[in-house]
Amino acid sequence: MNWNVIREYLPLYIEALGLTVKIGWLGIILSIALGLVCALILYFKVPLLQVIIKIYIELFRNTPLLVQLFFLYFGLPKLGIRITAQTCGILGLTLIGGSYMTETFRSGLSAIDSIQSESALSLGMKKHQVFFYVILPQAISISIPGFMANIIFLLKETSVFSAISLMDLMFTAKDLIGLEYKTIEALFLLVVFYLIMLLPVSLLGTYIERRVRYAAYGD
Amino acid sequence: MQLMGIELLLKGNNFLRMLSGLWVAVRISLVSVILSIGLGLIVGALMTVQNKVIKTVMRLYLEIVRIMPQMVLLFIVYFGTTRVFGINIEAELSAIIVFTFWGTAEMGDLVRGALISIPRHQYESAEALGLSKLQTYLYVILPQTLRRLIPLSINLITRMIKTTSLVMMIGIVEVLKVTQQIIEANRRTSPNAAFGMFATVFMMYFIVCWPISLLSKHLEKRWSDR
Repeated sequence: MNWNVIREYLPLYIEALGLTVKIGWLGIILSIALGLVCALILYFKVPLLQVIIKIYIELFRNTPLLVQLFFLYFGLPKLGIRITAQTCGILGLTLIGGSYMTETFRSGLSAIDSIQSESALSLGMKKHQVFFYVILPQAISISIPGFMANIIFLLKETSVFSAISLMDLMFTAKDLIGLEYKTIEALFLLVVFYLIMLLPVSLLGTYIERRVRYAAYGD
Repeated sequence: MQLMGIELLLKGNNFLRMLSGLWVAVRISLVSVILSIGLGLIVGALMTVQNKVIKTVMRLYLEIVRIMPQMVLLFIVYFGTTRVFGINIEAELSAIIVFTFWGTAEMGDLVRGALISIPRHQYESAEALGLSKLQTYLYVILPQTLRRLIPLSINLITRMIKTTSLVMMIGIVEVLKVTQQIIEANRRTSPNAAFGMFATVFMMYFIVCWPISLLSKHLEKRWSDR
C-alpha cells in the first residue's frame, strides 16, 4: 500500500462521499415522506389512489434499483422528460425507498390493536384525535426499527449510482482501478469511506432500536 | 417514436438474447441462494452458541455484511484478489462468492431468529412428556422453526435475484448489458428504443420476483396464526 497515493486521492474520495451523502440523505428524507403519505392513503382506504399505490409498491419492491435507474435515466428522456443524473439518482432512491417505507409504516399501523381505537372512542375522543394521539404515535414508534433498516439499505443502494455516471465512491474507485491501476489503494479507501458513511448509522440504529422498545405498550 | 423500442424485441432473436441474459443473473442467484441456505443453517446454529470467541466472530461477520454494500464486496473480490494474490477469479465465480458470503449472513440471522423464537416451555413440555432429545428436535422444534424460516428464505431468493443485477458492473453480460448492446446496435433505426427496452427489462424482473414474493407472503400469513 502506497500512502502517498492515498494522500493524493483522498480529496477525490471526500468529494465523492459528499455527493453520495447528499443524494442518499435527500432520497431517504423524501422516501420517508412518500412512505408516510402512501401508508396513510392505504390506511384510510382512499378509493382509486390506494389501488395505484398498491401497484406502485409491488412494482418497485420487486425490481432492482439498477434497472429502475436505467429506465429513468436512459428511458425517460426518449419521452422528452430530461433529468440530470443527480435528479435521477434522488428520484430513483425516493421511489424504491418510498415503497419500502410504505410497507414498514403500513405494518406499523396495522400492528395497533383495534382495542386501542375502541377504548379511545369510548373515552369520548373524536376520530381524528384517536388517530393523531393514539394510533399514530404508537405506529411510528413500532416502525422505527424498520425505518432504520430501510435507511441502511438505501444508503447501501447508493453504490449503484455510478452506473448512471454519477461521480460517487464506486465511480471514483473504479476510475482509480481502471485508469491508474491503483487497485489496493482504491479499494482500501472505498471500504474506509463506506465505513465512515454507514457505521454511525448502523450503531445509531442499534441504539434507537433498544430505546423504542420501551415505547411498545402492553407486551 | 411509434413503438418506443418494443419493435426491437421481435427483431432477430433479440428477445431470446435478453431472456438468456436474465437467465445468467437468475442462475447466479440460484446457485448463491442454495449455498447460502446450506451454510446459513450452520452459521445460524453457530450464532446461538454461548461461546465468546464464536459470538464475536459471528457479530463481526454480520456487521460487515450489514454495512458494506454488495457492490463494494464485489469489487474487492473481483479486482482485489487479482492484485493481492495474483489469482484471477472469473467474474461469475466472484459474484457467486460475494452473494453467498452475503446470503449466508442473512440466512444465518434468520435461522438464529427462528431458533431463539421457540419459547423454553416447548423444550420443557416435550421433556415432561418423556420425549427424547432427538424426538424433541425432530417433532417439536424443527417443524416450528421451519414454519418461520421457509417464508423468509423464499423472500431471500427475490432479494438475491434483485441484487444480482449488480454483476453487470464487473463485466458479466446479463440482461441489462444485452439490452444496452441491442439499443446501441439499433441506434440508427430506433433512436428511442431505450424507453421500451428498459421498460421490458423492468417488467422481466418484476415477473420473476413478484410471484416468489407473493408465495412468501402467502406462506407467512398461513403459517403465522398457529
